[in-house]
Amino acid sequence: MLAHSLFFYVFSFIAIFSAIMVTASKNTVHSVFFLILDFISISCLFIMIGAEFLGMIMLIVYVGAVAVLFLFVVMMLNVAQQKKQWFSSFGSSKHIPLGVLISVIIFFELIIVIGGWKYKPEVVSSITKSQNTLESNTHSIGNVLYTDYIHLFQLSGMILLVAMIGAIVLTFRKRAGLKRQSYFSQISRERSDSVYLADVPNKKGVDIDG
Amino acid sequence: MVDIGLGHYLTLGAIIFSIGVAGIFLNRKNIIVILMSIELILLAVNINLVSFSIFLNDITGQIFTLFILTVAAAEAAIGLAIIVVYYRNTSNIDVEDIHSLKG
Repeated sequence: MLAHSLFFYVFSFIAIFSAIMVTASKNTVHSVFFLILDFISISCLFIMIGAEFLGMIMLIVYVGAVAVLFLFVVMMLNVAQQKKQWFSSFGSSKHIPLGVLISVIIFFELIIVIGGWKYKPEVVSSITKSQNTLESNTHSIGNVLYTDYIHLFQLSGMILLVAMIGAIVLTFRKRAGLKRQSYFSQISRERSDSVYLADVPNKKGVDIDG
Repeated sequence: MVDIGLGHYLTLGAIIFSIGVAGIFLNRKNIIVILMSIELILLAVNINLVSFSIFLNDITGQIFTLFILTVAAAEAAIGLAIIVVYYRNTSNIDVEDIHSLKG
């Protein structure tokens, strides 16, 4: 139990520190790296409390795909170095105290909700899919995901398809002066379009323009 | 203090959520950092769902976390594509200079 609490505090401290550094660091590449550190420490927490499958999926999806996509866009757009840190314009603009006030209010509301929250006895009877302790976490997720939530699962596949098509359509552009292969004009080309038999008079040559 | 319960995980989620909200409000320079703050907020929601799922012994929370993961990946892809197109048009993605809609 001591090791559990020790690891919880270590990982949650790393997660909070890196979340602060994501918003506060001057270089955008550094904030992407802190985002990766945040995801890794949270997935360590997930693995620690027994959601192994989600922890591993989180590593694959967030660190392997989303954070690398962020890094790719940051480096491609050449916006890594911010001109000013966000707190350097303190006082000149009114949004900073307002933002701090709103986030502190949200934090205290959440803390009040958590502190005053107690289990009701009915909540145990409302549990729909209790996890069987004999089978592994991945096994029980698969048992529920492919039976009861199969429509939502296929719908999330549709969301990914729409996102893929949307990203391709948004970033696709036609550039002028670029020679592309046109299959239709190649296939529909006939002999009469390109070759003709010229009747050459003697000692006069061919009139090409005619 | 030593006994880690549901409240500890919910507090961690609340802290990360508040940092994400603060990041959205405070950042006036780079719109990519705002997208990363949105990812932080979704991460905090995932922490809450997973910890409720584990401590109440109900697998449904982890299923919903999977769906949130899917939507977050799609949202990041679309948002970054929009940012790339905007940068291609204006060579600038500073938040202060994006006011053509006068919102």
